[in-house]
Amino acid sequence: MIPLRGAAALVGVADDASPTGELDRHGRALEAEMVRLALDDAGLALADVDGVCHAQSSMAFAEYLGIHPRFTDSTNTGGSSYEVHVEHAAAAIAAGLCEVVVGVYASTPRSDRRRAGGQQGRWMPPGPNPQAEWEWPYGIRMPMGPYALAASRHMAQYGTTPEQLAQIAVSTRQWAAMNPKARYRDPITVDDVLASPVQSSPLHLLDCCLVTDGAGAFVMTSAERARDLRKPPAYVLGAATCHDHLMITQMPDLTVTPGAVSGPSAFKMAGITPDDVDVLMGYDSFTITALLHLEDLGFCAKGEGGAFVEDGRTGPGGSLPMNTNGGGLSYTHPGMYGMFLLVEAVRQLRGECGDRQVHGADIAVAHGSGMVLSCMSTVVLGTEAAR
Amino acid sequence: MSDPTQSSDRRGPGDAPQRMEPPTTDVSAPFWAATREQRLELPWCTKCEEPIWCPREVCPGCLGTSIEWRPAAGTGTVYAVTVDHKPQNPGMAGWAPYAVALVDLDEGVRFLTNVVGCPPDDVVVGMPVEVTWEALPDGRQLPLFRPREVRAPDAAGARG
Repeated sequence: MIPLRGAAALVGVADDASPTGELDRHGRALEAEMVRLALDDAGLALADVDGVCHAQSSMAFAEYLGIHPRFTDSTNTGGSSYEVHVEHAAAAIAAGLCEVVVGVYASTPRSDRRRAGGQQGRWMPPGPNPQAEWEWPYGIRMPMGPYALAASRHMAQYGTTPEQLAQIAVSTRQWAAMNPKARYRDPITVDDVLASPVQSSPLHLLDCCLVTDGAGAFVMTSAERARDLRKPPAYVLGAATCHDHLMITQMPDLTVTPGAVSGPSAFKMAGITPDDVDVLMGYDSFTITALLHLEDLGFCAKGEGGAFVEDGRTGPGGSLPMNTNGGGLSYTHPGMYGMFLLVEAVRQLRGECGDRQVHGADIAVAHGSGMVLSCMSTVVLGTEAAR
Repeated sequence: MSDPTQSSDRRGPGDAPQRMEPPTTDVSAPFWAATREQRLELPWCTKCEEPIWCPREVCPGCLGTSIEWRPAAGTGTVYAVTVDHKPQNPGMAGWAPYAVALVDLDEGVRFLTNVVGCPPDDVVVGMPVEVTWEALPDGRQLPLFRPREVRAPDAAGARG
């Protein structure tokens, strides 16, 4: 077996978002710009690239760039796609299948509405599939409904309170205040969250992620090559993925995500425990999503997530800095947010985060969540000191 | 992805609320046929002696194809519940707020449904429920659930 730990590194990253929630560019042009910026960040050129990851079509994107990759990955697991891409690319680089991999994401749901002349897409009944047959006729809101069900179950089973969930949004907003590109930067209180309109109970508007334009890219290469590049490498120390359902009716236990498998696996590969993690980037599509990550990754015991977050532990100055870019709750959420977890994790390890920098960060975890708590992918990144 | 800040189009007061009609497949045809007579049936693997949900061509336990439709008791317990205030389907706006629940049927499968027959906020995890039916335009019936009265334990014991 080829050891994965430390064999590859993220060497270039880029992302973009805006306080208006909209970006000027869209589509392939926006993707290409992200790749250009990430390559520039790494000190590499398009000609160096021999691997491509893209959650819709790596072939269409490579064709657009005019490159001929020998490693290709179009895996789509929803929002965790980009963590899965890093895992696959690290394995491919470790095995010698390729040397330089780019991954990219761009989505502009907010400005798309403007380009469509303000027209909302008409609600169309979808074609035959199990969700259309067994879930959607009941008017469950997607993707919010399944997360609301998970929150309901967690509250009933463990006594988790709306106030505890709200604290996650409050702490995350405190981080967003230090990110000039964040959509929302004004402080909020637990009362503000609870006073915002209920969407799908028990989730309020401020328990839910944003809908914004956003884009990002990463560049990866081998540890050997990484050392000669422009920026300090963020080594992939561990990576693991697990999915256990697609439809919410098929999720075995709504209080336990497949992160309970991917997290410990990735930590074991990296040779770390939760205590070693300096920055946690845990996909926050909803407050309950982040709370479940804290339990499943082992930062606290199952059922104790509410108590764990309620003193602001995940906010600035807390013992576990979480979602330091402001997260999907306050920074940006274009639909599949996993790319931004990776970008922020790399920047924290490089010490590039300005006011929100976590001092001395050597180990950062990007934990992606895809579809409706369906596919979890955990990437442990570390500095040279942690390798 | 849904936009929590955007409101659905609402139907005029004269329009009847409209659900999305569930599509049917060959594998689910027996389920929907039984609903026409308000019978709730579940597919069982005759080898594993386990119910399967949702319906599929093979048993996810043994990959066998020996599947038989059997009547279900129509009783269960709420596993999780959310009350939807802003439906995505504009046709359901007239029904909001309504309860969407995962119900664990006594046979051991988990069913997504609406719990009706009480204020939506009264539906709680652990509530006993039983099936009730709503007619679809094509003659099929959609299984919904409503609160179920549970006999006191001594009364239930007296029967045995």
